[in-house]
Amino acid sequence: MRSLSEIETTSKRASRAVGFSWGVSEEIAKGIRLLELFGFPGIKNLNQYYKLINKKNFENISTINKKNKSNKYSLCPINLGVGILDQIRTLEKLKKITFYKVAYPILLLPFLSRSSDIIGKKILFKFEKNIFLLNFNVNILSNLLVKKIPIFAKKSEIIFLENKDNFTEKEWKSLYKLSENTFVEESESLKQGAAGAGLTDND
Amino acid sequence: MNVNLRDPNTIMKLSRLGSFHQSRLSFLRSFLSEFKDWEYKRDLFDLDKNGYGIAIYSFKKKDRVYSLVCFANQIDDNERSDRVIATKWDAAFTLHDGIPQKKDIERLKNEVPRQEVGRLSYKELTLSRANKSVRIFDHVVDSLSKGVQPNLDLLKKVGYLYRTTAVYGSGKFGLADRFRIKDREEINGPFRLEMMLVYLVRQFTFDQVNHVAKNKNPNSAVNLDPKICKNLGIGNSTGLGMAPFIVNHPTLLNNWILCREIALKKIRELETINFKDSNLFKDCVRNSVRNITSWNTESEYQIKKIKLLLRDVRKFLDFVENEFDFKKAFPFNTLYLWLEKETCEECIEYIVSIMMEPFEEIVRPLIKKMSSDEEKYFNIPTNRTVGELLAILEKKYSNILTINFDKKENHKKFWFISKNKEEPRLADRFEEQGSDLEQPLAIARDIKKLYERLLLSNKFLKIDKFLVDNSDLRHVVRRAFIIEKFPYSEIQDNTISENLVPIDMLRLKLSFFGALKFDPRSDKWLRICMFQGAPLPNELKQFDEQWVYKS
Repeated sequence: MRSLSEIETTSKRASRAVGFSWGVSEEIAKGIRLLELFGFPGIKNLNQYYKLINKKNFENISTINKKNKSNKYSLCPINLGVGILDQIRTLEKLKKITFYKVAYPILLLPFLSRSSDIIGKKILFKFEKNIFLLNFNVNILSNLLVKKIPIFAKKSEIIFLENKDNFTEKEWKSLYKLSENTFVEESESLKQGAAGAGLTDND
Repeated sequence: MNVNLRDPNTIMKLSRLGSFHQSRLSFLRSFLSEFKDWEYKRDLFDLDKNGYGIAIYSFKKKDRVYSLVCFANQIDDNERSDRVIATKWDAAFTLHDGIPQKKDIERLKNEVPRQEVGRLSYKELTLSRANKSVRIFDHVVDSLSKGVQPNLDLLKKVGYLYRTTAVYGSGKFGLADRFRIKDREEINGPFRLEMMLVYLVRQFTFDQVNHVAKNKNPNSAVNLDPKICKNLGIGNSTGLGMAPFIVNHPTLLNNWILCREIALKKIRELETINFKDSNLFKDCVRNSVRNITSWNTESEYQIKKIKLLLRDVRKFLDFVENEFDFKKAFPFNTLYLWLEKETCEECIEYIVSIMMEPFEEIVRPLIKKMSSDEEKYFNIPTNRTVGELLAILEKKYSNILTINFDKKENHKKFWFISKNKEEPRLADRFEEQGSDLEQPLAIARDIKKLYERLLLSNKFLKIDKFLVDNSDLRHVVRRAFIIEKFPYSEIQDNTISENLVPIDMLRLKLSFFGALKFDPRSDKWLRICMFQGAPLPNELKQFDEQWVYKS
């Protein structure tokens, strides 16, 4: 079994070898480490992408907008990922961003995961029928259980989720009521003597 | 009185970093303190009459066990090499997490002796190998087998029976990643498991030499006197492999240096010193002279440094014993200022290390702050502006910005990774091929390049926009935002200069390990000694904290 440290070092060197700068290679390496840690086939997808990178053309975009279309070729997931990571505080305001034609979309996941941590919001990433929920760089939830991860996303969406509860008020109240069973009903003497502050604190 | 932390522009220069010495903060000393109440055991010792076979040693506390698995092998004299290109060693070691089962030992037997080409698992924490100092080992065996103790003068010259040539950890070759074990209280300090491995290897060398002597002459052989054992350490040969580490781990480097600087600041701020503490300090300085006079090297560079150090330490001792009054307020501040004025860099840092000896209450809390959660500082704050980044560079890299990289001598060298051994190397850019594959270790040059590009950019431009067209400098943009928070995270020097002395980088790291007797064999590698004078495992429960100065 390869350690995550080996995965990171080798991904960094390979990324540099295909032409990314050292700084971007560091970002990619952290990302592949994260994918492998979370159980996604990072090495496999990066390897496949790097086999194509000098044979096929991929497009880069420098400024990300609400809707982003490539001119002719698929978008490079790494350039896109670094762009999203760098511009995340601006992009967050757009609420939803759409991309058409993204190569190896799984390679975007770690950048979105880290972005989720930076802005303190969950991010939903969807392409075709595949859904990924990026939770503050703590974990990634997905409905994708197939072994073969799609290598192309025709139309993908990134949605910034507002922080809200995953449960109803009714469910919360019910649980809270149960938690109250650990509290002690205060008698008059407890009210007067068990707390630290005075009864009047107007001094 | 408030004493300022020392200026990184002085402290982080390579010549100063290359003058650092071990101290109470050093990892091998903090390892001994942490593991003093652990149960030490030799679990297996299955060597043949020549000393070849398997041995296992362990430290245990409650449910936690760390086991050193040793494989001693027979090799020909012509196969023995300290260089990283070697493929066979006298002994190979791994620190196993827990008690190794039979199938673990079988697996390790095939992998550990192969070192870099073997595969370890997440159950192993560190990996190392070592070669005998054949001259010393054979002499000790010979003497002991005849019933006499070895020649102390000869032992003194070398200081160890074995020297390690690499100690690997943190995920290398399949070893456990640091994140798997980072929450364990006992290893909350850098390189603690590497130190444990080396310490247990030291004991193995004593047991092996006794065993071989006994088998050579069962009727007359005696064991090596524990007092002699105590004065032997473990040697280590270290090359450039260690150098990039301190560039690649800026927040960790900061924390090591910062802890040392905080300790010094707090000691200088002590208004009064009691008699016991001032005496302990003076004793340590006095005793330490033995460490300097027994420091053997053939390196002219080091001989000169030792000579200067000895001269200045004697001068300092003379001052402290004949002129200085510890009863005056802030005595260590006065002493420090005297050192700055009167002695060389090596002596200043030497005495700074010894100043920590009496003050466990200052040093101990700092030891826990010497690790770093590096991931936390990896993200670049891209919402900051070019103007802000410029200000950081001007403030934090002021000396580096004065270097003229158009001059050949200022960018003569380049760092690369050797294809043969996947190890860092240094070469002349103008004479050797390969500079197109240069590693990102020329931080000063790249910072200067970044500065020049920033000057041409709009000051209000956000960093995310700046990076779109300047991706090649992303690695140093990240570093600049790190140094803003971590003042000692960067070497304030040129690591590709013609005048670079790479062993300065090695010495810095080795001093934090706790190494003694730096012996440069060239400008690119050196030998050192670790644990010389340290308590033996059966003495760990109670030992003299100042053992370093009493060997």
